[in-house]
Amino acid sequence: MSDIPNDTIRLSRRRFLQVLAGGAGALMVGMRVARAGDAPMPAGLLGNNFYDLGAYVRIDPDGTVLIGARDPDTGTGVATSLPRIIADELDADWSRVRVVPLGLGVTDDNGQPNWTYGRQLGGMGGSIPAAWNDLRPVGALARWLLVQAATRRLGVSAEQLRCEDGVVIAQDGRRASYASLAEDASKIALPSRAPAVKTADRYKFIGHPVGDVDARGIVTGLTRFAIDEADGNALIAVLAHCPWPDGTIDHIDYTDALAVKGVIKVLELAPDSHQPVGSTPIAPSVAVLAENTWAALQGRQKLKLEWKAGPSSGESSATFEQDATTLVGGKGDPTSRVRDDGDVDDASKKAARRVQATYVQPWLAHITSEPMNCLAHIEKDHATVVVPTQAPQKAYAVVQRLTGLSPSQIDIRVPRVGGGYGRRLDHDYVAEAVMLAKAVDRPVRLIWTREQDIAHDYYRSGSVHQLNAVMDRKRQITGWNQRMASASALVHRGVPDNRFWTSEIHVDQLPATLVPNLRSDWFAMNSSIPRGTMRGMPHLSNAFAVESFIDEIAHSMKEDPLDTQLRLIGEARQLPLSAGGSLDTGRLANVLKLVADRINWNNWLHSVNGLGIACWHVNGAYVAHAIEVAMQGKKLLIQRVVCAVDVGRVINPQGLQNQIEGATLDALSTALNLAITFKDGQIQQHGYKDYPLASMAQLPDAIEVIAVPSDSAPAGASFLAMPTAAPALANAVFRATAVRVRRLPLMKELMRLM
Amino acid sequence: MVLLQARTVPAPPDNAIVPEKAREGIDLDINGERFTHTGDPQMPLLWYLRDVLQLTGTKYSGEHGEAGADLVLLDGKAASAINTPVEKINGRAITTVEGLAADDGTLHPVQQAFIDEDAIGCGYCTPGWLMASIDLLRRKKNPTDDDIDTLPNLCRCGCQTRVRRAIKRVAAGKAGQP
Repeated sequence: MSDIPNDTIRLSRRRFLQVLAGGAGALMVGMRVARAGDAPMPAGLLGNNFYDLGAYVRIDPDGTVLIGARDPDTGTGVATSLPRIIADELDADWSRVRVVPLGLGVTDDNGQPNWTYGRQLGGMGGSIPAAWNDLRPVGALARWLLVQAATRRLGVSAEQLRCEDGVVIAQDGRRASYASLAEDASKIALPSRAPAVKTADRYKFIGHPVGDVDARGIVTGLTRFAIDEADGNALIAVLAHCPWPDGTIDHIDYTDALAVKGVIKVLELAPDSHQPVGSTPIAPSVAVLAENTWAALQGRQKLKLEWKAGPSSGESSATFEQDATTLVGGKGDPTSRVRDDGDVDDASKKAARRVQATYVQPWLAHITSEPMNCLAHIEKDHATVVVPTQAPQKAYAVVQRLTGLSPSQIDIRVPRVGGGYGRRLDHDYVAEAVMLAKAVDRPVRLIWTREQDIAHDYYRSGSVHQLNAVMDRKRQITGWNQRMASASALVHRGVPDNRFWTSEIHVDQLPATLVPNLRSDWFAMNSSIPRGTMRGMPHLSNAFAVESFIDEIAHSMKEDPLDTQLRLIGEARQLPLSAGGSLDTGRLANVLKLVADRINWNNWLHSVNGLGIACWHVNGAYVAHAIEVAMQGKKLLIQRVVCAVDVGRVINPQGLQNQIEGATLDALSTALNLAITFKDGQIQQHGYKDYPLASMAQLPDAIEVIAVPSDSAPAGASFLAMPTAAPALANAVFRATAVRVRRLPLMKELMRLM
Repeated sequence: MVLLQARTVPAPPDNAIVPEKAREGIDLDINGERFTHTGDPQMPLLWYLRDVLQLTGTKYSGEHGEAGADLVLLDGKAASAINTPVEKINGRAITTVEGLAADDGTLHPVQQAFIDEDAIGCGYCTPGWLMASIDLLRRKKNPTDDDIDTLPNLCRCGCQTRVRRAIKRVAAGKAGQP
């Protein structure tokens, strides 16, 4: 470490750019979230190895440019797209860029955690919008410093220099590589204001497709996920969970389990009911700790366990659905009136035509590819935890609470994550691993089996949606009344009761702002089955109901649903939204028209196959699906799927296409096949057999993706294509079969109705 | 004097010690390397690869291997590592995802095609897709869409459309080409 003083530029009230002293002539540029009076970050915190990469950018004297990826990559492509944003500002040579997953960035601020990398959250659709604001200046600063170093080296002013592929080039052709300038650049005093970021005409990477940075590691099997983390000294732990989340252990005999060669210990674990859901074990369990996974699994099989049911033991998903249906169909007041525009009752009195329908959607599980797991190494004054998480800061909080260690003693490492979908916003499995590691005083590698993963999840609640619409004589929808009942994902999570609806329904969801008289009511259901965030929530269930219903409205008026949709959306304008921002009806209509054109919507009326369409908007992004299906006996063939998206400026077109194709397939698989049910308080699904993700044969051969070119600020895309796939599919099925599916999963309901 | 010698020079072997019998083991050929497994013969190959050899490219995704992330090549054919006890593969050749590329780092055409098509979601189940694709292309040089539909793998990220393109790319001899 050299003695170069740190320096800091103020970006905004809480964000600062920093140049940090690297090792052996490297230039390191980072950003931190801090208070103005904070002392600069000591260089000692910035090691030189991968996991300790203390900055977003490090340019080494050998020309390697290390760029840190702060958000966990659960398959969303952020480990590629976020570094591309920095690399573009830096004018780096992409072939010399190595992306390093940053673990949790935390330092000690008088005993409180100070998040050195700012926002670290994956799979919530916010990575790109956040990076657009705060990571571009990081690259711009690094580039500015290199140019300054070059002005001194080459004796010309900055205006006479340009940067290209990791080289500063003077007008006379003289060149200085970033590698050769790195050490000098690290000694240059920072400018008083953050250097300007590029204008769009100078982008070299943004808007240009690139493959996943980890692709080679993945296809050669060398990329390590948390579950692959080796620790020669770690015991493997597998658990037997109580089938009732609120049950207790009645009788245990572990003699035979301990007799299995390699089994070391059997321990009991219990949730702490005073802690918020998701930060403590999901249910009581018995842990078998062994020298290897096979011994642990055999030991678990030899456990003789009897569990006692808790108060939830009578619950069933069938009763839940009945109760929810009664609620939305009844006269009672809602738990929350989410929106109440105009006068719905008056519009109803004046109606020329009215339509009502009720949609029922199942409970869903996350079923991540990589099951829950965690490696915890807890020592007296240090904790190292390797964990597949979407929210490292929340994982930290669990570790901190259970160990009592200070922020600088806790090391949270997050390798590439094998799927998230919202499951890894909860850290029950981190709590389990840490509790076990503390108990045995050895590192513990916890691994859940698939059966546990499906039977002990924080599920998406089932829901019932009753929709009512009224039209005037000109076929305009003048009134809209929607009533939804579900069990909120936010109960026992420190969220006030009057905000429980926010996980279930969106205040601005379609057709809000398009219908003058619109009411949206939410009815709270109780359940002891655990709930949590699920990819696409709350849009997934609501878009299915709303976009199916608009198709039904069109049918009731004997008109083309595309016409109904476009009339509802109306002319291009900006409509202010309650949650901020606005609905750009022009962009919404555009994606709808694009998919209609591509799928030859003109054939809608006469096609033997069924065509279906749906559109939606999510956090400033717009999406539409058009789907063509055919029935072959009892087999549903998805012939064509077109998806158009408008996400603003596209960072990585390849990555966007992957996300849109992937989310479409995920949504189709979910809509076609998947449902979690429970009886006597126990989940009835235990594996892929009874929770069958769609097979290759069931899914369409291709997804045609249309990305609308745009200069608007980029929006997130990771679950954008989820909401509209299912309603477009159901609408297409209606055209092909005349069967209206109002209950998911679709295949089961279709077979029942046909 | 005697004490000093005892410290520095090992005592002569005790005649009472009988040399250990050559232990019975299971001969394993994994990615061209030979191993002898003397532990539980019932141990599934998956845990042997992951826990013993630290070859972690082959993934666990379910008790019965339903999602296909645990596929390896057993004498060139796709086989579920979790459903294969080590004793069943005595003397047979196993290739895992780590053994697909040539020694000089040249990728197998299917690996290359997966990169070309960016046929990766989270990447966890990718090794299984590679194995199933190699197995399919071994049986059918030019697989139809119906042939590709027979792949047993499951993936929630939705890499299926890109895997399909990657397989067709290999069949067309275009792996590694623009």
